[in-house]
Amino acid sequence: MTLTSRPGGRPRRRPRRDRVTEALWGYAFIAPAGLGLAVFYLWPVVRTGYFSFTEWGAFGGHTWSGLDNYHRLLSDPEVGRSLVNTLAYTALGLIAIPLAVVFAALLNRDGLRGAGIYRTLFFLPVVTMPVAVAMIWRWLYNGDYGLINHVLAQVGIDGPNWIADPDTALFALVVVGIWSSLGYNLVIFLAGMQAIPKEYYDAAAIDGAGPVRQFFRITLPLLSPTAFFVSIISVIGSLQLFDLVYVLAGSGQTARANPAFPRMETVVQLFHDRAFATNDRGYGAAIVMMLLVLIIALTALQFRLQKRWVHYG
Amino acid sequence: MAEARSSAVPPQPDRSGPRPGRRRSRSHLGVHAVLIPASLVMVAPFVWQLITSLKTLSSATRVPPSLLPEGRWENYRQVFQLLPFGDQFLNTTLMAAGRTAGQVLLCPLAAYAFARLRFPGREVLFGLFLSVLMVPPQLFIIPQYQIMASLGWLNTLQALIVPGMFSAFGVFLLRQFFLGLPPELEEAARLDGAGPLRIYWFIMLPLARPGVIALSVLALLWSWNDLFWPLVVNTDPEQMTLSAGLSALQGQFQTDYPVLMAGSLLASLPVIAAFALLQRQFIQGIAHTGVKG
Repeated sequence: MTLTSRPGGRPRRRPRRDRVTEALWGYAFIAPAGLGLAVFYLWPVVRTGYFSFTEWGAFGGHTWSGLDNYHRLLSDPEVGRSLVNTLAYTALGLIAIPLAVVFAALLNRDGLRGAGIYRTLFFLPVVTMPVAVAMIWRWLYNGDYGLINHVLAQVGIDGPNWIADPDTALFALVVVGIWSSLGYNLVIFLAGMQAIPKEYYDAAAIDGAGPVRQFFRITLPLLSPTAFFVSIISVIGSLQLFDLVYVLAGSGQTARANPAFPRMETVVQLFHDRAFATNDRGYGAAIVMMLLVLIIALTALQFRLQKRWVHYG
Repeated sequence: MAEARSSAVPPQPDRSGPRPGRRRSRSHLGVHAVLIPASLVMVAPFVWQLITSLKTLSSATRVPPSLLPEGRWENYRQVFQLLPFGDQFLNTTLMAAGRTAGQVLLCPLAAYAFARLRFPGREVLFGLFLSVLMVPPQLFIIPQYQIMASLGWLNTLQALIVPGMFSAFGVFLLRQFFLGLPPELEEAARLDGAGPLRIYWFIMLPLARPGVIALSVLALLWSWNDLFWPLVVNTDPEQMTLSAGLSALQGQFQTDYPVLMAGSLLASLPVIAAFALLQRQFIQGIAHTGVKG
């Protein structure tokens, strides 16, 4: 290894040779990660874009088919259905944000005893394997033996078969989604709240503002950039919903046997089915290209809307 | 976090001056009245999972259900008969370890270069790295699958590990860390004649340790819990990961819930144990994804 700079006698302005060596080191440092990202991430995006214009045969080969896949997307009822489900799930899932703000504000109270324990309990679902989470809820939601319906029966309510009933399936999914992401959002909001200078609250207190007023006048406005970030992340995450549905609604045969599946199938679910179960990879590629467009569009929309509600201190 | 602990200390009115609206001796009864039921809702599913995992199938499906646990530890042994659980456990462990090791080795190297070294094209290259972060991962999967297939890697450990060793997120996270470190130490070392590799390895990397730990904790968590990719590349039960193996189980005609609960509890246990030990790192890692971005 050749080390360039010699001890002593180093001029103020660095010589050209040093700058060249620094650049070479720079390239050497990013090369391992860069090559991996190029091969496994950047080039694949280009390939998927190309595949979305191809038709795949049963044995792997593919031929150019122009816009066929995209025409098919527009008239495929399953695509429309999965889009509606995904968007509905995404919209309903946003309830998690105000919920997380409220719990974060409660946890952030000065001198609250047990704050660490509460935070741990809220965070537990975040670290638990999503497949395991979905299994637990599948069991809780069970129409015959499920704990939820048992509890409801105590107050005289005859609960439905939550994840097999088209009227309740999406709602059941949203509940699990919120339950499992609440801790994640809460931690981000807590970090945001702790970054707010204490002096603001002290000043407000001197002016006679109580905790509720302080929350609405100080915490909420100063937290809006964090809330904006969380809403961007949640929307992107919700649009990619897969694991929960894969276990809760079932896949393949189980899914087809579930009468509520048409109300739960998501875009990524459909992508998985077309690209890997039925080997219709060209169409699968078109489906995820549509997802990409959707994510870009909804993210851009949020950036436009942020002027109305996000305050940068 | 330290804040919550220190503020639990009794009030010292004469030192902090008048703080009329923030009486620290408040008992927070109303706050607890909301938080206690809420946190019960958060843990109840896990408790029910544990209780169910210790029942026989017939007592688990009894109506009305009994809330008391039974001692059927047999279910935990049955998991290993129902699935190649041991193999899947090992696959998952090796996958998580391999991916994490790759990221921890490669990400800080690139992150340091982007934060501290000057070279032509740096901004453009960093922009390319960032663009990977913005694309939904489903867009990579078909071509990644094809690469694995053409290498003959389907149903191998390499397929589970290799693509996950590279992380644009890790580079981004650590670049933020390196940007926040003081340049003085680095300059002093340079004057002493140390080259970039030496400076990186002996000075900057140790300083970035909190960031590297946060990244490794998140990499472990996300790898352990990953479903889509393992589901697609390794379809042979013995080469599957736990998440794929378990999700394959629930599709079967007669689901033995107690055994399934035992299996899913065992599968999530390592991460929960790691969380119990490394809470700070988990939580800071998550917080870092949000605030300093």
